Amino acid sequence: MSATAEMAWVARRRPQTRLARLFDSKPFLIFICLAPALGLLLVFLTYPLGLGMYLSFTDTQLGRPGVWVGLDNFEYLLTDRVFINTVWNTIFYTATATALKFALGLWLALLLNQNLPFKSLIRAIILLPWITPTVLSAIAFWWIYDPQFSIISYVLHDKLGLIDSNIDFLGTPWHARWSLIVANTWRGIPFVAISLLAGLQTISPSLYEAAMLDGASSWQRFRRVTVPLLMPILAVVLTFSVLFTFADFQLVYAITRGGPINSTHLMATLAFQRGIPGAALGEGAAIAVSMIPFLVLATLFSYFAIGQRKWQQGGDDV
Amino acid sequence: MADVSIRNVEKAFGTTQILHGVSVDVDDGEFVILVGPSGCGKSTLLRMIAGLENISRGEIAIGGRVVNNIPPKERDIAMVFQNYALYPHMTVRENMAFSLTLAKAPKPVLEQKVGRAADILGLTPLLDRYPRQLSGGQRQRVAMGRAIVRDPQVFLFDEPLSNLDAKLRVQMRGEIKDLHQRLKTTTVYVTHDQIEAMTMADKIVVMQGGHVEQIGAPLDLYDRPANLFVAGFIGSPAMNFLKGRIAGGAFQIGDTRLPLPSTRGAPEGTKVVYGIRPEHWRLDAGGIGATVRLVEPTGSETQVVAEFAGERVVCAFRERITQHPGELLHMTPDRDCVHLFDDATGRRLT
Repeated sequence: MSATAEMAWVARRRPQTRLARLFDSKPFLIFICLAPALGLLLVFLTYPLGLGMYLSFTDTQLGRPGVWVGLDNFEYLLTDRVFINTVWNTIFYTATATALKFALGLWLALLLNQNLPFKSLIRAIILLPWITPTVLSAIAFWWIYDPQFSIISYVLHDKLGLIDSNIDFLGTPWHARWSLIVANTWRGIPFVAISLLAGLQTISPSLYEAAMLDGASSWQRFRRVTVPLLMPILAVVLTFSVLFTFADFQLVYAITRGGPINSTHLMATLAFQRGIPGAALGEGAAIAVSMIPFLVLATLFSYFAIGQRKWQQGGDDV
Repeated sequence: MADVSIRNVEKAFGTTQILHGVSVDVDDGEFVILVGPSGCGKSTLLRMIAGLENISRGEIAIGGRVVNNIPPKERDIAMVFQNYALYPHMTVRENMAFSLTLAKAPKPVLEQKVGRAADILGLTPLLDRYPRQLSGGQRQRVAMGRAIVRDPQVFLFDEPLSNLDAKLRVQMRGEIKDLHQRLKTTTVYVTHDQIEAMTMADKIVVMQGGHVEQIGAPLDLYDRPANLFVAGFIGSPAMNFLKGRIAGGAFQIGDTRLPLPSTRGAPEGTKVVYGIRPEHWRLDAGGIGATVRLVEPTGSETQVVAEFAGERVVCAFRERITQHPGELLHMTPDRDCVHLFDDATGRRLT
């Protein structure tokens, strides 16, 4: 470019088009950016939820539009022994499985936080139960729990001779309940362990060294440093775990289908059982809607009881 | 309180040797600073005293008791970490009282000790705050308070000031020194900042590459550095080094001749390194002519980068310098402050 051309050039702003001006307006941008997400939420979340709630107040059957019956469905459910048992079973299932998942998950996370050989490989293996499709692992458990071909019975009976006959894992109520809890725990541990491991790794090693110099034993370091510093992430993981477990469907439906004699039904499986195979859509919806207060309660509990801590507020890094 | 004795201590991580037989004696009540560039092994040595690292060979004794196999909590030492390592979920009071709480000290004793430490450090109004709500200097003070409350035999400091801004660093430097003068607790302090070392220590241990280069009082190191490394490390701006030979009773570099110290220990013809600190040049109309390259007035003195015989030297004059870059300045080194080092070994000759 010649010197004169260079001097002649002057930076000039082109006049903005109408479209450019529209995209400069903040409210419009906010709307445009939110629209896809809002649309998806409306179509796939709000509508089904709303429809489910509406159905729970009707006596809709499969293939027959129902009429508004108010709280009839809920009143009936309160007198239904199967439903009452299912509620108690769901609470028991959630509480026991969550407790087991947390105890074992925390233990695993603490182990993985040590300097082990092949650490990343072990971490990857730990995640396997979680990434396996639920139905696939359910089939595996189904075999493990099979009355005739169970590997556990085989080892205990045929190999070690510790028991006289095969265990009927899924044929008696309490055996079936515990079998499902074990299967759920097995699937849930990786999530808890990996999340808590992430939390553990944010704790500065110098805090443990300081505590060591302050005279803390390893139990005291765990109690006084690890646990309180892990609390925030523990609360989040606990909430998620409780929600997932409470609303569990696949594992139970694939292994026991709620049997024997309805003893392993969770609210989700019972809702499906009554609503789709049983054709009572209104009643099924009512069971599903009954889960909402429990879930809201669990969320609120973890949010208020263990979620917020004073020491996390104010200031920057420590 | 107790003395600390480090005898032929070695440390290796796998095949990497970090410390090669280090021996240091810290007297009772002494303030000793380990100083050196990063990676010289000073922090590792401190952590070995604390018991946070194993000792590969040699031994460390605190108060006459060999502590090689004694766990940290039984060594009766307190340590201030570089990142302070305050427990974020505890208030200042709980942080300071943590060791006493663990030891199940009775409440009045605990209150009294924490109160006294908070008093010394001016932390009383902050006792109920959390570490996040404190500034860097306040956190630093809490970390020291936690150490004071313990009333240990030895204080260990691991680069405690390196996370603070320059002004606060100077202030905390004074506070730590003042604290030591009041408490008279044996202290081992690690830093890479030679000014911290010079201003605070009773005794400095200069380390490099896992070896001890020199041990001595701050001014001894300044006046009589044992080798080129110590000479270049201690003092700011750093000492100037000129390579040349001894010829005709003077130091010869190119065509320029500089005076030798009266106690020179090198024969004619020896290749030497001539060391002269910036502040030991003085203006002298009969001295060598050097071309001014850079003038930096700081008010109290003027630093000049000057060039002669193809070498650049840094000089610091009390006088105001009127010359501009490119002009000639006549100056001469103070011959009694000149250091001579062997060119081959880097050892001190005078």
